[in-house]
Amino acid sequence: MNTEQKPRKPLVSKKLRTFFSIVFITGLALAVLFLFMLPMVYGIVTALKTDSQFSKTGAPWWPATEGQYVYEGRSYEIYLVPMEDGEMREMALVVKGRERSSFVDPENPEAGLIEWEGAWRQLERTWSLDPQWDNFPKAWNTIKFPRLLANTLMYAGITTFGAVLSASLVAFGFARFRIPGKNILFMLMLSTVILPGAVTLIPTYFVFLQLGWVGTWLPLIVPAFFSWGTNVFLLRQFFLSIPRELDEAAMLDGAGPFRIFFSIIIPQSVPALTAVGLFHFFWAWNDFFGPLIYLAGNPEKFPITVGLTAFNTLYSQSTNLIQAASLLSAVIPVIVFFLAQRVFMQGVVITGVEK
Amino acid sequence: MSLSTLLKRKKTPRVPMTKLQKKEARWGLVFLSPFLIGFVLFYFLPMVASFGFSLYNFNPAVPDQARFIGFANWHRALFVDKEVGLSFMRTLVFAAISLPIGLGFSFFLAILLNSRNVLGNNLFRTLFYMPTMIPLVAVVLIWAGVLNEQTGWINILIERVTGITAIGPQGLRWLADPKLVYLAYAMFGLWGVGNAMIIFLAGLQGVPTELYEAAEIDGASWLQRLWKITVPLITPVIFYQLVLGVIGSLQYFLAPFVLNQGTGFPEGMTRFYMIYFYKQSFTFFNMGYGATLAWIMFIFSLVLTIALFGTARYWVYYAAEEK
Repeated sequence: MNTEQKPRKPLVSKKLRTFFSIVFITGLALAVLFLFMLPMVYGIVTALKTDSQFSKTGAPWWPATEGQYVYEGRSYEIYLVPMEDGEMREMALVVKGRERSSFVDPENPEAGLIEWEGAWRQLERTWSLDPQWDNFPKAWNTIKFPRLLANTLMYAGITTFGAVLSASLVAFGFARFRIPGKNILFMLMLSTVILPGAVTLIPTYFVFLQLGWVGTWLPLIVPAFFSWGTNVFLLRQFFLSIPRELDEAAMLDGAGPFRIFFSIIIPQSVPALTAVGLFHFFWAWNDFFGPLIYLAGNPEKFPITVGLTAFNTLYSQSTNLIQAASLLSAVIPVIVFFLAQRVFMQGVVITGVEK
Repeated sequence: MSLSTLLKRKKTPRVPMTKLQKKEARWGLVFLSPFLIGFVLFYFLPMVASFGFSLYNFNPAVPDQARFIGFANWHRALFVDKEVGLSFMRTLVFAAISLPIGLGFSFFLAILLNSRNVLGNNLFRTLFYMPTMIPLVAVVLIWAGVLNEQTGWINILIERVTGITAIGPQGLRWLADPKLVYLAYAMFGLWGVGNAMIIFLAGLQGVPTELYEAAEIDGASWLQRLWKITVPLITPVIFYQLVLGVIGSLQYFLAPFVLNQGTGFPEGMTRFYMIYFYKQSFTFFNMGYGATLAWIMFIFSLVLTIALFGTARYWVYYAAEEK
């Protein structure tokens, strides 16, 4: 997308045109990014508000509380008061009256009470920036975040290990061995990727129920050790790019297939294995439907996603805590993503483009 | 390797395998065993069993009372139970709204960030990708907040900028107005465009620059180049995203469940097929009927996928086939 179009009359120099084009396109990208990130800013700002700020009219968009001033041992509300000389002054309302009220100027309390004619109810309150950082620990404790986090980390950790191990074994099989019917098996494996999960769900659920596994993590963990299509596909692509000469040399030295797999293929494939591991980790972190069904009624086993949903249903009025809890749930995946984004995005491209 | 080359590979005449080949095949099967066992245990048998379940009236709480009822579940789902067709239509309508928005936005971002004239495009790419990492439940809750009719920033922004009444019960009730709710749900999806965006970007970077240069010499405008070169060359990527998107939307579940526990609020509009399947199977525990619904979904998605693949040869460009 560049604007150096057909060679027309050089009204402005090429350099200048490129400059304007950079300004315009970068500006456009910034504007889109601003709108794109607006909900995020909303989430952060809202998480820092007090409970009462939502219901008050005239409240600012940023986290704020209404001004208070302590005068002679008592706390009074601060209002914006128009003075006779047209100046607006922030003053604390001490004596409320229908037609006249008494204020005190926080900047000059020694002056004593100032009489003011007018209806104080018409006055506007002042707001001062007052982010409620407490909301994060509050959300953390109310939702019992440490437990949810431990469950999610356990689930994501174990299944990531299982997914990477099983997918790399299977991918090695597909990449290196001549097996009759391999192409059909490979197609079969790819087709599982687009199979709707619902069609296998009910018998699987029933079997797990019979085994006494419903209500435990087992129905979610065990299948992860049997390799998933997308992961196998990505790793197979990568293994194919490793020169066969390395295997053959090892084979001549008497190494068996497992030896070749663990000491040649695996060490060569760290980036691809990392990508698959990250995919699965994020997938597990995000997994909702499986835990919802298999862990129903066992809140102490919930992962973050299901816990957050239950929290939203119970505390639907605490918008600030909901936003705080939502942000907390995103912290770890976002940090991991920033640390590993290069490997991760390459993996996405391999699975996405080469099909 | 693409699917088509896999399909087209020529059959080699069958020769008996040597001892060495047999050994190799055996080792290969050892490595494939996690897939083979997993396929049988978690795909093949459950699929067959699922069909079997669909012929029964079955509740797992009282498995002894399971009763064979033939195709009664199928009859009920296809001809009697109106909710099946309705929820399926809702799902399709929602897909028709959300897929173009999601695909269009990710394609737009990819073109924008592929530009030579954007400063810091790596940073932009990271930032646009970042929300894809946020758990979907959190995404839904954050967006539901920002779309809140009273306190949400979207309405406040619209009202401040355009002056149209957007805030409050007379304004834009994103999540409560049956006319707006699909659009609102489609907006949640904007935070998940990361994968599609970088796949599109990779596709764009694969378009040979000679083509653009040649077109430029011929005096093609930016729009013409986009429409005549870029779009046709990345149709495989669009196709791939479309197939995944269609299959994904048939299973759309999370947002309506998180926001209103699958009640279908407002006016049943968000009772999508998967929600209905969940209700029947795991709220009422009508698992025989649930299995029927699942099979119907499977058949529909199969038909849709085949139909999409069928249209592919009219509009998807494969460089390899031009040789």
